[in-house]
Amino acid sequence: MDTPLLLKILYAIISLGVITIWGLTLNGVVRKIYARVQGRIGPPFWQPFIDIIKTYGKRTAVAHGIMFFLGPVFRIAGGIGTYLFIPAIIGSTVFSNFSVSGDVLLVMYFIFFGQLGMALGAGESGHPYSAIGVARGLAQMTAFEVPFALSIIALAIQYKTLNITAIIMAQQGGFLNWTIFTNPLATIAALIALLGMNMHNPFSVVLAPQEIPIGPPTEFHGSYLGLMQTNRGIFNAAKLVLFMNLFFGGATNIFAMIIKTFAIYMISVIVGVSFPRFRVDQSIKFFLSVPAVIALISIILLII
Amino acid sequence: MKKEHKSLLNTDLPDFERDYFCDTYPQEVKPLKGFIEKFLNWARAQSLWILGFGTGCGAIELRPLMTARFDMFRYGMAPRPTPRQSCVFIIGGYASIKTLKRIVRSYEQIQAPKFVLALGSCTINGGMYFDSYNTINRIDHYIPVDVYVTGCMPRPEAIIAGLRKLQERIMQGKAEKANDYIKNFEWYKANQKKIIKDWNMPDFNW
Repeated sequence: MDTPLLLKILYAIISLGVITIWGLTLNGVVRKIYARVQGRIGPPFWQPFIDIIKTYGKRTAVAHGIMFFLGPVFRIAGGIGTYLFIPAIIGSTVFSNFSVSGDVLLVMYFIFFGQLGMALGAGESGHPYSAIGVARGLAQMTAFEVPFALSIIALAIQYKTLNITAIIMAQQGGFLNWTIFTNPLATIAALIALLGMNMHNPFSVVLAPQEIPIGPPTEFHGSYLGLMQTNRGIFNAAKLVLFMNLFFGGATNIFAMIIKTFAIYMISVIVGVSFPRFRVDQSIKFFLSVPAVIALISIILLII
Repeated sequence: MKKEHKSLLNTDLPDFERDYFCDTYPQEVKPLKGFIEKFLNWARAQSLWILGFGTGCGAIELRPLMTARFDMFRYGMAPRPTPRQSCVFIIGGYASIKTLKRIVRSYEQIQAPKFVLALGSCTINGGMYFDSYNTINRIDHYIPVDVYVTGCMPRPEAIIAGLRKLQERIMQGKAEKANDYIKNFEWYKANQKKIIKDWNMPDFNW
């Protein structure tokens, strides 16, 4: 608490840099895994970094209005905001970020915020696929927020706090104290919601590679796209760190964080390579039935 | 030198539509100098995003290029279904006049630096359609071409060789045809308008 503000900012920048690199590496590794499943060699795992350099290096750009500028900015603000309020490594001054009491609610808001900003920006681009993608994205997001929010409520009842640091501290002292063992129903519901958040199959209705190939970012290019690609790394890793903290006991050093986030990401990747895609209505119906009911049962079990 | 061309006239558009479209004359953007441009060129060469627009029969050769046997992804190439985000436009063989209109539109929507790879004999001299009334004979009268890959049709190996050649040219800083297009804009536009009779789009599609 007594760290000077400037030093805190420096730490936040270092922490953000590390998580960006880790998030983009994860994305690259996943592309490699997808390729291996399809019998290909696949791009090198550093490909996302080269892609970002190239997109930032575009010489010309077209604007469609003010919200078109602000959409990617909101998106990356959502990603950075999500990450900066999650303690990534417990006990580390550099990676504990700006965790405060009640930060679970703030983080849940930030997860929503980026996508809403993006929806406004993509809407102004005027491309029909953007509009369809935004409609699908917001519908699915509203649906997966239900089981996610319910499982967060279950956690709040269980640990009697909304502070991520306190939730992690309550899980210390052996892996049997992790939420996945103390409250498996809430964990399962939240992990299904994570599949929706990561937008891999069977919940890739937003990008829908065969119908509306790119989805909302269809018209974004150059630096706009570069910002969104950067955000893809930050946001992805931030979500995984959040899930690690809430359900898998957090991390006390950087290696534990890397191993745990990788393992959590592999859940959605393995589901993603194994399943075809849901239609929008099926996806929404699924989120509002199976995981929502599981999370509700976990809440009821905690209350009685 | 081209100061007098401040705005495009869009004369072929109806009056009520002219306000909807851009009338700014396209501008050349010169490459940076020195190390930064070399570094960016290296990144551009390692990350070629191909516009997913099958313009002719050569498009059929792009499928095996992507799938397990030839796997272009390992060179950092990837298909992109929107011109805004792509940088390589593959003209897959013959271009009919109807398609040419869409080719021009898509080419202009790609953001610079952009590269064109032309496949097959049709793009060079019309190929087997050399005397056809509805196909064009030389694609580089209408949009600039960086690399030609000959054959009818070229096998995926040949396309990979062409893309590798394009990578070489990009790294050497020779793939500046996007600026050439702007430099010779009027010549290209005159050629395009000569052959596309029902021109109902703006003169430059951003």
